Amino acid sequence: MTSFVSVENLSVRFHAAKPVHAVNGVSFDLAEGEVLGLLGESGSGKSVTLRALMRLHPDKVTRYGGAVRVDGQDVLGMAPAALESFRGKTCAMVFQDPILAFDPVYSLGRQITETILRHEPVDQATARARALELLERVQVPSARRRYDAYPHEVSGGMRQRAMIALALACRPKLLLADEPTTALDATVQIQVLLLLRELQKEMGMSVIFVTHDIGVATEISDRLAVMYGGRIVEQGPLAEVMRDPRHPYTRGLLASTVTGGMRGRRLEAIPGMPPDLTLLPPGCAFAPRCGLAGDDCRAAVPPLAATGRRQIACIRAEAPCAPA
Amino acid sequence: MFGYLLKRLAYTVPVTFAVTVVCFLLVHIAPGDPLNAVAPADAPAEVVEALKAAYGFDRPLPVQYAKWLGRAVNGDLGRSVASGRPVSGEVLSAVGNTLLLAVVGGAAGFLGGTLLGCLAGYFHKTRIDRLASALSVAGVSVPHYWLGLLLTIIFSAQLNWLPAMGAGPGGSRDWAWDLAHTRHLVLPAITLSVIPMGIITRTIRALVAELLSQEFVHALRAKGLRHGQVFAHVVKNAAPTALAVMGLQLGYLIGGSILVETVFAWPGTGFLLNTAIFQRDLPLLQGTILVLCLVFVALNLLVDLIQPIIDPRMRRN
Repeated sequence: MTSFVSVENLSVRFHAAKPVHAVNGVSFDLAEGEVLGLLGESGSGKSVTLRALMRLHPDKVTRYGGAVRVDGQDVLGMAPAALESFRGKTCAMVFQDPILAFDPVYSLGRQITETILRHEPVDQATARARALELLERVQVPSARRRYDAYPHEVSGGMRQRAMIALALACRPKLLLADEPTTALDATVQIQVLLLLRELQKEMGMSVIFVTHDIGVATEISDRLAVMYGGRIVEQGPLAEVMRDPRHPYTRGLLASTVTGGMRGRRLEAIPGMPPDLTLLPPGCAFAPRCGLAGDDCRAAVPPLAATGRRQIACIRAEAPCAPA
Repeated sequence: MFGYLLKRLAYTVPVTFAVTVVCFLLVHIAPGDPLNAVAPADAPAEVVEALKAAYGFDRPLPVQYAKWLGRAVNGDLGRSVASGRPVSGEVLSAVGNTLLLAVVGGAAGFLGGTLLGCLAGYFHKTRIDRLASALSVAGVSVPHYWLGLLLTIIFSAQLNWLPAMGAGPGGSRDWAWDLAHTRHLVLPAITLSVIPMGIITRTIRALVAELLSQEFVHALRAKGLRHGQVFAHVVKNAAPTALAVMGLQLGYLIGGSILVETVFAWPGTGFLLNTAIFQRDLPLLQGTILVLCLVFVALNLLVDLIQPIIDPRMRRN
């Protein structure tokens, strides 16, 4: 049986004055109804990977490599018309900052209705009724009034709920969420997160959830993939990765996160800076910041090796971490 | 929305008042005696005094202003010193001709500029963009009296396709929508359209290129919208700014076509101003400037009222 989403050795390169190697050989699979958390810092290639799943990067400057299959369709090889029908119907996206992602001169409701009319043979009234239902489903209070509101007229949390309603308008099988809670207040963050989780269960969607926030990732994911320098460095079931991180980068990431019962302890930070994607080192991208790195680390990129249900791209991560 | 309308209308009151003061004073500050045009230089002193009294030039300025304003409000802008005809009649027929030229020339410029600007913005940094941008730079840089003369030489003198002067056959000053009159409109309208075309091209190119790189355009594509549908969103977003620039341009076209009107002997306000200045025809000058300024104020008001209809973000007070 093939998986619902399969990404094989995906690479994304942007052609500028200096070519940017944003994603360098990413592979993962996703089953129907599964939630994958894609964790990493800014510039780790997580958002670029996500957008590549819809081939959303500007054609002129982007070179894709590898293969992306969603629901049996070859995304990177699709004809433009097929791609336009695929977007929003099979696969939809929730953007990071809804104030930027909504068209400011159209009402919220109209933007949802527009999506429905684009993909389904229904009339205006039916589409409008569906959009209202969706707004109610994502718990927008007095949805009828909000339907005619413009993006700048409602609060950030409300906008993101409307954005989710828009993404779900045509019942997509795959939802791509690009840091959907980053632009929101902490209290609103958790509400939106819970809503997403609830809707995912209800509709049985697969979700790829990009975030730099470990707390958010643990809240929503079934499986976790940690990215660094445009590659996946560690992947596995959420509980296993959290309990026993193997890659030095994952360990550093977890050690630099505030969790309960840490009062009075010094927070560890990973020294150094994320790598320059125009000038990646020949070996492991994390080697310059890694305490365990040796010459062999800098010589060649370590392959993503499977051990049990885990995959780790580190030649010094053989031993399980001692329980803390 | 209604509050905004009232507020915006109220703003025009002090502006209009200031415009009348400046119009009145400007002409009095300018050097030269208005009576030079009517009285010979060696006229006896009592004749000059009598003329001054007849035109009201012997009164203090504030009194002159108050009388002038009072009459202007009633549509009486005085009589031309040179021709003796009522200024209001001369100005109105000239304003009609100028508006006609400005609207036709402006429409051609806006249409061409919008088209070129959309192309250049959509095909940003390609050959199409460079071509459109080159055309726009040429449009802004070419002096339009020179272009007017060039067009006259080619299409009137050499090819003999179109008339070179006037607004109608036989020096007709009154416009009519027939072929004979329209032929007279072609060359001046083309000449006049070149500058707004260039400016609108540049404005819309920058707007479209900037909008296309915005996140909401990615989001529209992520919804599955087709190219044309996405571009329709971009156009609606660009419209308020483009409209504001067009309104200003139309204002300049109405006030600033003196050179083009002179080159083509088009009987509009520019031509009239030119005549008034050279003849030191004070009432005519004042009246023409006043009417032009009021048209400008009205145009800005119109643009400000249209903008919030397109852009909901401007509807807040």
